Amino acid sequence: MIISSRFFNRSELIGFVALAAVLFLILPLTLDVFRLNLVAKYLTYAFVAVGLVLCWGYGGILSLGQGVFFGLGGYCMAMFLKLEASSVENTKIQSTPGIPDFMDWNQITSLPLFWQPFHSLSLTILAIILVPGLFALIIGTAMFKRRVGGTYFAIITQAVAAILTILIVGQQGYTGGINGMTDLRTLKGWDIRPDHAKVILYFVEVVLLFACIGIAQFIRLTKLGRILVAMREQEDRVRFSGYSVANFKIFAFCMSAIFAAIGGAMFALNVGFMSPSFVGIVPSIEMVIYTAVGGRTSIFGAVWGALLVNFAKTSLSESFPQLWLFGLGALFIAVVLAFPNGLSGLWADYVQPRIDRLLPSRKAKSGAWVDNSVADGAPAE
Amino acid sequence: MSDEANKGLLSPLRRKLLMGMAALPAITMLPRASFAQAPATSAINTTGLAVTDTEVTVGILHSATGTMAISETGSIEAEKLAIEQINAMGGVLGRKIKFIQEDGASDWPTFAEKAKKLLVNDKVAAIMGCWTSASRKAVLPVMEQYNGMLYYPTFYEGLEQSKNVIYTGQEATQQILAGLNWIAKEKGAKSFFFIGSDYIWPRTSNKIARKHVENVLKGKVVGEEYYPLGNTQFNSVINKIKLTKPDVIFTDVVGGSNVAFYKQLKAAGIDLSKQALLTISVTEDEIDGIGGENIAGAYACMKYFQSLDNPNNKTFVPAFKKMWGEKTVIGDVTQAAYLGPWLWKLTVEKAGSFDVDKIAAASPGVEFKGAPEGYVRIHENHHLWSKTRVGRAKLDGQFELIFETADLVEPDPFPKGYQ
Repeated sequence: MIISSRFFNRSELIGFVALAAVLFLILPLTLDVFRLNLVAKYLTYAFVAVGLVLCWGYGGILSLGQGVFFGLGGYCMAMFLKLEASSVENTKIQSTPGIPDFMDWNQITSLPLFWQPFHSLSLTILAIILVPGLFALIIGTAMFKRRVGGTYFAIITQAVAAILTILIVGQQGYTGGINGMTDLRTLKGWDIRPDHAKVILYFVEVVLLFACIGIAQFIRLTKLGRILVAMREQEDRVRFSGYSVANFKIFAFCMSAIFAAIGGAMFALNVGFMSPSFVGIVPSIEMVIYTAVGGRTSIFGAVWGALLVNFAKTSLSESFPQLWLFGLGALFIAVVLAFPNGLSGLWADYVQPRIDRLLPSRKAKSGAWVDNSVADGAPAE
Repeated sequence: MSDEANKGLLSPLRRKLLMGMAALPAITMLPRASFAQAPATSAINTTGLAVTDTEVTVGILHSATGTMAISETGSIEAEKLAIEQINAMGGVLGRKIKFIQEDGASDWPTFAEKAKKLLVNDKVAAIMGCWTSASRKAVLPVMEQYNGMLYYPTFYEGLEQSKNVIYTGQEATQQILAGLNWIAKEKGAKSFFFIGSDYIWPRTSNKIARKHVENVLKGKVVGEEYYPLGNTQFNSVINKIKLTKPDVIFTDVVGGSNVAFYKQLKAAGIDLSKQALLTISVTEDEIDGIGGENIAGAYACMKYFQSLDNPNNKTFVPAFKKMWGEKTVIGDVTQAAYLGPWLWKLTVEKAGSFDVDKIAAASPGVEFKGAPEGYVRIHENHHLWSKTRVGRAKLDGQFELIFETADLVEPDPFPKGYQ
């Protein structure tokens, strides 16, 4: 694989430094723990958004079912935490002590077999990566090998999201149903609820997010990344050149699923909660909106999109509890109408030229970012 | 010259300082003098809640948007009415109640986030809120971790008890058992058909109802069916009802599904004036959507109907309509939500403090004689003693009271023999 000589070009380096400064320094220093924990919650969606940049922005595969993978990752983590919270002494009030409370309410008297692996943290971490990865592999293989793509693929991912929601809600004895899994307390005996734990979890999450950004950037810079973009623009041409388009698509889809699952797992840890309301169609579409607002071809833009949209959601609903949904809707419409390339498009059009003017000596080299957003003028599917 | 200028500057300052120091003892006496009836804030608020000398802040946390908004709006309105009435009477311990409203948006994690915001950021003294069991389950760990006080209005499945929650609705045994006894005795009912929405409340309620039917009433449950929330196709279950011909259809279908269910029952030719139907989930609010003509004749079992004939209710209903419009209806949960601020006020006054620990300890035994449902008292387990009533739906969407228990029914969230 050919990797260009520098991991980040200059404009990306500015984006990287700015994001790192905000997430590692500015936010932890200025926000109280409650708000910082909210930021941690927003950032869990940034994982999904980064995955979507890879899969939708570069690969041109619009998935409207990322909530499925977010949910699978989150549920894997939540199952581990729930088992730990359901020790015999914590649940002695139940008819069957030692199993999660919702199982007891549904007259289940022993722990189901598929719950057993979640006694072990290492198996759980493995499951967080493998379960969504394999699931995406199956869906991807079934779809892309038969050349199902574009809107058809988007509709099928929606159907999968709906099916998984119904499954989780219906099998409430095994999954907690519509209530979800609540009251998650400790991770290997370490209480995840107090303030200092929230701060530690925040930093763990930011480090993981940067790891995912690094992986996404690495993929983008390799030949693989270029093939993804080529596929988005002219799929047949890539196929006629002798590449197996399906395999590249499956790879991009699986990576985005794994990123989403990591986000979901961090969500369960940070919020202490997992429920089917993150799995369905509506949250899945919201996740696409984060990416669209941020700019779907920009990895950093996606993170900003997730942060800003969620921040707007919280502050609008705090100020206007009855009307906030209209405000949020207006915001989306305004962004899509006025800046079709999202925040990163704004940056590339207005801010970047000024920076380049200030630093004229290396203007020629700062091409990559702008290239992508220009190439992105027409919708890819 | 500079010396003189210094003196000129210093001496008034010094004089002011001296005066201030002389006045210090008087300042400490001030609060007692000016708030003869209201105790000092420092004494009644030792945990840093949002209590000032003139105001105390509480939170209202319901869904103002999303699918649950249609149900929860009544609760928001009732709580605002109660707060306004309490303020008109002089407030709580001499302090006016100020409320901060947050939107749970029919989304359980949002409820948890907003509850945390109310407790951690706004330091509210109490929260009136939640509606569905799912939202309560999401909020409960937050209430316990940050030691808040939640007044929860909905009838619910029981199997829960917390220091940090007062349950102003009925738990399952309170709501169900008396109603089943009545219909078994009155209608000679022996066979029952259960239909519910598929989540924890209908499942637990039906489990309790089944045990009671089988073990106490010596009857039979001839069918038990669940449908996903929002389901609108009930034809297959209606066919089964026609085949099994139960004495009583017992339903806990919730929300919008009810509209489809009762319309399809009527279309299938099941006449509710002949076929007994007992619901524990349809209040006046739901009939608004179902239409009185589709449900007239059905029996509902809960603790409050808008048509109750008692002096408290006769002042409550007009006050509610005056504030929120002539067309509004008041269901069981709306009334229970109205109790929340009042019970909190009475408990604060009994405890002589806004501290959550003291309120939790003082709650058992608090009684509210002005309750629209009649009279309620808080039990040691933080649920309410209340009467169980059976009403019959009329064409105009109101219930006609048919039966009520003679005494208050004891709340029993962990019923022995029913699990």
